[in-house]
Amino acid sequence: MTRATPAARVGVRKTSKLFIGGAFPRSESGRTFVVNDHEGGFLANAALASRKDARDAVVAARAAFPGWAGRTAYNRGQVVYRIAELLEARRDQFEGELRASEGVSAATARQYVDAAIDRLVWYAGWSDKIAQVVGGANAVAGPFFNHSAPEPTGVVAIVAPRGPLLGLVSVLAPVIATGNTAVVLASEAHPLTAITLAEVMATSDLPGGVVNILTGRAAEVGPWLAAHMDVNGIDLTGVEDPSLARDLEIAAADNLKRVRRPRAEDLLAPPALDRMTDFLEIKTVWHPMGS
Amino acid sequence: MEPFPYAPAPESPAIVDIRPSYGLFVGGEFVDGRGTSFKTVNPATEEVLAEIAEASPADVDRAVQAARTAYDAVWSRMPGSERAKYLFRIARIIAERSRELAVLESIDNGKPIRESRDVDVPIAAAHFFYYAGWADKLEHSGFGSTPLGVAAQVIPWNFPLLMLAWKIAPALACGNTVVLKPAETTPLTALLFAEICQQADLPPGVVNILTGAGSTGQAMVTHPGIDKVAFTGSTEVGKAIARAVAGTDKRVTLELGGKAANIVFDDAPIDQAVEGIVDGIFFNQGHVCCAGSRLLVQESVYDDVLERLKRRMSTLRLGDPLDKNTDVGAINSSEQLLRIRALAEVGDAEGADRWSAPCDLPTSGFWFPPTLFTGVTQAHRIAREEIFGPVLSVLTFRTPAEAVEKANNTPYGLSAGVWSDKGSRILWMADRLKAGVVWSNTFNKFDPTSPFGGYKESGYGREGGRHGLEGYLR
Amino acid sequence: MTATLSPATSDASLRRFLHGLPAVDKVGADARAARLGTRSIKTTAKAYAIDLAISMVDLTTLEGHDTPGKVRALANKAMRPDPSDPTCPATAAVCVYGDLVEVAKQTLTGSGVQVAAVATAFPSGRARLDVKLADTRDAVAAGADEIDMVIDRGAFLAGHYMTVFEEIVAVREACERPDGTAAHLKVILETGELQTYDNVRRASWLAMLAGAHFIKTSTGKISPAATLPVTLIMLEAVRDFRDAHGQMIGVKPAGGIRTTKDAIKYLVMVNETCGPDWLDPSWFRFGASTLLNDLLLQRTKLATGRYGGPDYVTLD
Repeated sequence: MTRATPAARVGVRKTSKLFIGGAFPRSESGRTFVVNDHEGGFLANAALASRKDARDAVVAARAAFPGWAGRTAYNRGQVVYRIAELLEARRDQFEGELRASEGVSAATARQYVDAAIDRLVWYAGWSDKIAQVVGGANAVAGPFFNHSAPEPTGVVAIVAPRGPLLGLVSVLAPVIATGNTAVVLASEAHPLTAITLAEVMATSDLPGGVVNILTGRAAEVGPWLAAHMDVNGIDLTGVEDPSLARDLEIAAADNLKRVRRPRAEDLLAPPALDRMTDFLEIKTVWHPMGS
Repeated sequence: MEPFPYAPAPESPAIVDIRPSYGLFVGGEFVDGRGTSFKTVNPATEEVLAEIAEASPADVDRAVQAARTAYDAVWSRMPGSERAKYLFRIARIIAERSRELAVLESIDNGKPIRESRDVDVPIAAAHFFYYAGWADKLEHSGFGSTPLGVAAQVIPWNFPLLMLAWKIAPALACGNTVVLKPAETTPLTALLFAEICQQADLPPGVVNILTGAGSTGQAMVTHPGIDKVAFTGSTEVGKAIARAVAGTDKRVTLELGGKAANIVFDDAPIDQAVEGIVDGIFFNQGHVCCAGSRLLVQESVYDDVLERLKRRMSTLRLGDPLDKNTDVGAINSSEQLLRIRALAEVGDAEGADRWSAPCDLPTSGFWFPPTLFTGVTQAHRIAREEIFGPVLSVLTFRTPAEAVEKANNTPYGLSAGVWSDKGSRILWMADRLKAGVVWSNTFNKFDPTSPFGGYKESGYGREGGRHGLEGYLR
Repeated sequence: MTATLSPATSDASLRRFLHGLPAVDKVGADARAARLGTRSIKTTAKAYAIDLAISMVDLTTLEGHDTPGKVRALANKAMRPDPSDPTCPATAAVCVYGDLVEVAKQTLTGSGVQVAAVATAFPSGRARLDVKLADTRDAVAAGADEIDMVIDRGAFLAGHYMTVFEEIVAVREACERPDGTAAHLKVILETGELQTYDNVRRASWLAMLAGAHFIKTSTGKISPAATLPVTLIMLEAVRDFRDAHGQMIGVKPAGGIRTTKDAIKYLVMVNETCGPDWLDPSWFRFGASTLLNDLLLQRTKLATGRYGGPDYVTLD
């Protein structure tokens, strides 16, 4: 018995878009760029974000900030934990993407996905503890109640490092767990996983605008974010060109953004608190004590 | 009989010995500068006090070398418990020489002796005492216990000795060495502090004092041998510093300008609120970065608050800074006086109503009467720009949400005040105000244990308390 | 009163009024008082202040062992604090228990020095109203120019504001003489028992609304007696009362003021809180006994340039 050989099924390719205000728009510029796999083969076209996309993302992040910062820390922790839950559920997809984009072994891909999920869980737990660790009572010499507590800085722009999943989670989770909202420029080399992560976040309980993800060129979009007067902080971890990092730091001085400079770090190592405290403001409140 | 004319009660200036000229303090001794010199004057009389060396780039280099040598050879290696003893010594000497420091500060700065005696000098001593205790406990600080190296510290003229203490005490406690530049118009207490370092037998080079103007500061900040920059001053210069250190490994803390809202609700403890308003803007002639320069009054009590405020302002005594009964002293420099006058004239031109407390201004020296502007809105320049003088802009609001909105509607975020008898409202307000320090039912309180510093364009980093260690450790 | 509704119709309406007064922040009030205390009053200003303070003293003896002889001695001292210096002013009054008013009056008639009597079951005030009124009438009948009454602190703290109000009104009526004149009424709040500054402000207003001519801090039998911040709160109250009603009320801190330095701090506070209108014995008094001799010693020191000693002031 013979059967006609069925024609090979043509796959449905995913269009990778930006993630702004909880939605997935294309770049307003209409531009895309080619993302290849580790062997140089075509993987997908990614949206090439423009300065106007950056502007829209900042507007979305600013709009989301009061609501997100105003949630209870307990609630923020739960939302971040929920992202970890969803990531765990979709780990096969992420492992596959890591292998395709970076050419790593199955074991390595698993290790990085494990680490990314665990890091989200770690930061989720910090949301309602960081104030106790970095704030406190100040024993002033007078009849005053005096108390210092951390508050989120506001809108934080992040140039994410390589490491499509763990790198991104490591820079993003501390920023949002503490109540900031973020505009992330995904690693130029590995933008696709960032958008997959955005899809995870879009289906989690994270309010729209808390995380906004752009794909594109750091040298093109970075200066607009660094100079934006409604951005309060900028994390340059993923800026690989020192002269660009310097230029961005100079631009950031226009409104005295809090700047985290790029520096070598081992993503797999247990993090310290600095990624949270870099984008926290200490507020000190005085009140007299008298009957 | 004329009602209670307080007789003059001047503190004697004889206690201070001002030399005709001063060199730089480098490597534990006073040395001649290699640059030119400038004069420092008494702003209350315009009398020249002394000739001051202006440190050149070569002097900066020499001082940084001295600080580096002291850091490598002595200070970074000394156990914290031993560093602490030097700081305790310094705290004690400041207390012992407090009268001398207070008089000198008032002569050089123009601030009332009551303030230099009761605020600047005792809190400066307290800062050294507080940070001395940290020197051997850094491993408990949460910021590690490794010093950064050599710190370049540039301080303003409004609280010369106190700002010096805020800078030097934590730096030394953490094991750093410093090169500090006092402001051009107020170098004298920093130079006296250099003598105090000698009295304390502080190892040479741990503290170096360079006098000079902006170019000296610039040479310090850009010097490649510097690991840390700490600056208090204008937002404009702060931004320039942030640009100058971009792309380097230099750590920076900036404590810059402000345009603080002082918010008075209709249920406020009204007499104390009036005191707080007065303290908020007329303390130190309004030369305070965290001054409550924007008064936001709930419209329902506006008339009452204004009447009480004007009555209270009328009892302020302006004049000789050395008179113990003086409440408002001299403006620090003719330059600053011109700036205050210019901005006040902008207020007139923009249609705000000016009212000044009735007081006679001395004929020589730099003076500006305690002044308020009513009819001010957020659209007036005097509600947006830092005047850094005894000028209060009065605005109104209707609801707590409107008060928050107006208070936060500024690029600055250093401090804020809230006056209300309702606890939950105070906490609600404090939570929403974008300011590093919120004074509720009080204002302009400072303490070594209490972190101080701004949001947004008021700078970054904190000074004071445990948090003040962060900028000097890695 | 004008057409405005008086708040003094019930405990509830008085509560609404008194609790609607601006709150007092204790730390701020203490700080303000302390700062006023750092004024430096020297030379001519000090000489002025000392003489003014002497003229404001209610020279007081309120002891179980007071006798006619003791009161006569005190009255003489009040008229001539410094017998060797005729330029030294007399004190404002002597203050005694009601049964000794007559003795004091005999000595002081025509001198201008007033006789003040404590009344209303001083110092506790724990007696029936008719007893308190009889106490008051007796003292007035005996010739008292001024009556220092105590409020019912128990009633005040229990929220029975009408009781306190009506008692003051009644005592003021009892101060009236058959000829239509009346003794001046000082109302003692006993601030040491009221404890909070909010209570002091409310009690001050309650007393003023009820018709007090003076509000007075303390009996001198409870610690703390007069303090600078408590007096500040009361001075703010009389200042605000004049703004509201156009009527001046006097203030008398009593008890615990022993030195010239202290007295001058009070005068500075009066000057800077209420203004010079109140720098007059008609509107400000010191209830004191030992204060007078210190004022006299300091007065002599200023005049002669050397320190004196207790042998050079009269001990009575």
